[in-house]
Amino acid sequence: MATQQELTKETRDTARVARRAERGELALRPPVDVFETADGLTLEADMPGVSKERLNLRVDGNTLLLEGKIEVPVGEQMEALYADVRSTLYRCRFALSNELDTEHIEANLKDGVLSVRIPKRAELRPRRIEVQSG
Amino acid sequence: MFERFNAFDRGLLAQFRRLEQEMDEIFGDSLTWAGARNIRSLPTGTFPAVNVAATPDAVTVYLFAPGLDPKTLDTSIQQNLLSVSGQREVKLQKDATYYRQERFSGEFRRVISLPEDVDPDKVEAKYVDGIVQVTVGRQASAKPRQIEIQ
Repeated sequence: MATQQELTKETRDTARVARRAERGELALRPPVDVFETADGLTLEADMPGVSKERLNLRVDGNTLLLEGKIEVPVGEQMEALYADVRSTLYRCRFALSNELDTEHIEANLKDGVLSVRIPKRAELRPRRIEVQSG
Repeated sequence: MFERFNAFDRGLLAQFRRLEQEMDEIFGDSLTWAGARNIRSLPTGTFPAVNVAATPDAVTVYLFAPGLDPKTLDTSIQQNLLSVSGQREVKLQKDATYYRQERFSGEFRRVISLPEDVDPDKVEAKYVDGIVQVTVGRQASAKPRQIEIQ
């Protein structure tokens, strides 16, 4: 049986972990697929528990930031029995290269999967060169 | 000293392990999962991740399985064993160069041991934002009853 002191310490520790999770120190890096085609780059990330309102997708210069607050619908009086996922935040960052057109990023979030498409700048895409004859 | 240095980041498994280590350090023996693992448990990082929570009336199992068609899930319960299996396929694009392919693709199954007092006839499931939520009611007789004093 935990003593009063132990329980208070546990409450403080829980609060401390929660604060660290809030500050993003205990963020989970989501599994990500990244592939490139001739006209752009696509990134797909697994972020279950994140809805559009809790998604933070930002481009800062050449850095792409993906952040999502995880919310698991819990009821009152719920007590955790087992947890694989103990963090409340997904986060990852990518450095983008210059030929990517960050002004025209498109993103889609469905069933916890975030899909981000970054086109390449039109002038830098591979182009066929028409050869005139004569 | 090197825990936060990105060059050593080796993906989701390493993340889980680090997080688990930190959690174990903080919570120690005061919470059940830091102690003996259930014999049916799988290594951390298995898809899908599972969380289990309970109230006196019901036990809720959360499976973190994004990008699924919930109709393809097979959820069954036998006494207190909940089994969820399905398939999450990630179609690889043709003519694309892949730099990372970390997302799970394929068939999965997770079997979760629930508390003994669950009622297998009271099961509900829903799929929201990539989380499969299975709620199993508990048998009424197991709930603590108030005893009236005359």
